[in-house]
Amino acid sequence: MTEEIIIAGFGGQGVLSMGKILAYSGIMEDKEVTWFPSYGPEMRGGTANVTVIVSDTRISSPILQEFDTAIILNQQSMDKFEKAVKPGGTLLYDPNGVIHPPTRTNINIFRVEGTKTAVEMGNPKVFNMIVFGSYLKVKPILSLDNVEKGLEKSLPERYHKLIPLNLEAIKKGQEIVETMQAV
Amino acid sequence: MGELRLMKGNEVLAEAAIRCGCDGYFGYPITPQSEVMETLMARQPWNETGMTVLQAESEVASINMVYGAAGSGKKVMTSSSSPGISLMAEGISYIAGAELPCLIINVQRGGPGLGTIQPSQADYFQSVKGGGHGDYKMIVLAPASVQEMNDFVALGFELAFKYRNPAMILTDGAIGQMMERVELADFKPRWTEEEIKVKSGAWATIGKAIDRERNVVTSLEMDSAKMEANNLRFQQKYKQMEEEDCRYEEIMCDDAEYILVAFGTSSRVCQKSVEIARAKGLKVGLLRPITLFPFPKKAINKLAEKAKGFLSVEMSAGQMIEDIKLAVYEAGKNTRVEHFGRMGGIIPTPGEVVEALEEKFSWEISYGVKRYY
Repeated sequence: MTEEIIIAGFGGQGVLSMGKILAYSGIMEDKEVTWFPSYGPEMRGGTANVTVIVSDTRISSPILQEFDTAIILNQQSMDKFEKAVKPGGTLLYDPNGVIHPPTRTNINIFRVEGTKTAVEMGNPKVFNMIVFGSYLKVKPILSLDNVEKGLEKSLPERYHKLIPLNLEAIKKGQEIVETMQAV
Repeated sequence: MGELRLMKGNEVLAEAAIRCGCDGYFGYPITPQSEVMETLMARQPWNETGMTVLQAESEVASINMVYGAAGSGKKVMTSSSSPGISLMAEGISYIAGAELPCLIINVQRGGPGLGTIQPSQADYFQSVKGGGHGDYKMIVLAPASVQEMNDFVALGFELAFKYRNPAMILTDGAIGQMMERVELADFKPRWTEEEIKVKSGAWATIGKAIDRERNVVTSLEMDSAKMEANNLRFQQKYKQMEEEDCRYEEIMCDDAEYILVAFGTSSRVCQKSVEIARAKGLKVGLLRPITLFPFPKKAINKLAEKAKGFLSVEMSAGQMIEDIKLAVYEAGKNTRVEHFGRMGGIIPTPGEVVEALEEKFSWEISYGVKRYY
């Protein structure tokens, strides 16, 4: 199993930390993992993206042209990464911030109302965990137990009291994800 | 099994230094390697192991602090990125001339000049062919993963002390900023004064005993005959490095007709290129030099026998290609050697590498035979 994922959105949406929790959960599942961020001036206020690779075997290139899964959280990222999903691959997006929904016909498309649900849950910060939950629903590559361990590992101890809230958000994301297109 | 963590390459360099019993780090911040000192400062190893961590006023100061501390037989290091390493070049030459062990880390960024903060491999020449003045060489280790960033800190020190010579870890912003699963080394205590006396008492300035001559640490020798003798000794040492400490990895080279040669980040890209090319029916392998000096000449010599061509893949205008060509020439072969690279902080994609290979070796690929030049 090798899963090559791009997570892309605005800086501040929790793109990099979602990737980090995903990667740490992968380690808990005894997988090889690579987390490769875009870094540099583009991070400040602009778009942020991170490539995460989870694999049973040694990981090759962190620089990729195409991905098994794209998690897209704004229009700029949709413009850039919709075309980078492998045929038969998966695209997951939040319609809030995406003006033009994806049009590809040879990929699986899922939608999650993450922004809206986060507001309903009373904490906009859990947005990225809702989206992460939706991802885990459509690509169950990691067990929830290991995700919980991954959260413990990646969050500093002073934030451990927030783990139940994060898990709740993940479960919410698993419930609300909608299938738009299956190929 | 050691402790498993998800860490950035730069953070791992710092953690590995503490864990291998490093005595001192002297540095000056520069993107994309600032996390090295940041991590050290946050970890406060002076409380834990007694390791010194010091932010100097400049790169020139930090390399000279390394020079001084290395003279006392301590395990010391610095890290910087390309422009900072240029500033250190004088000090590195002095350290090599004074025959002192130390570890220097270059997390490369694009150049020349201030260039860019994005990754590059354009400091290959600077690292393996001098950088500073005079006939000196450094052992240059090129990690290709965060795990190797961990492993090569201890290895770098080991080789530096084996040869009483500076060793360099040559990496780049991509591996420095990337997080991967890493198994950390176990803690080793710093050497005691007594251990340093036994290991390095013959040359280090650890206090003069009455029954021996003074140990002098200098690169200066006004007597030309003696200076030539020094140089001959250095050359002997560099030759020994070539014989005993050349490291490389071959991936799918056994039946390969085309060999990609790449180190560090570009070798990771090329691993994927090999998969893509093989899926297309092209027999492609990868030779990954782990030490850039000593360069794996013998491996190239051997591969040149049957390979139809070499493609040097570098994030530069083509620097390592010169060493590949020399190795092919020394083997008495005239196998074609080509280069593909991106510059200015751009990392080539795996597909781009395959396209370059198909274009540069289109003649061989269409006729299926080796073409000489």
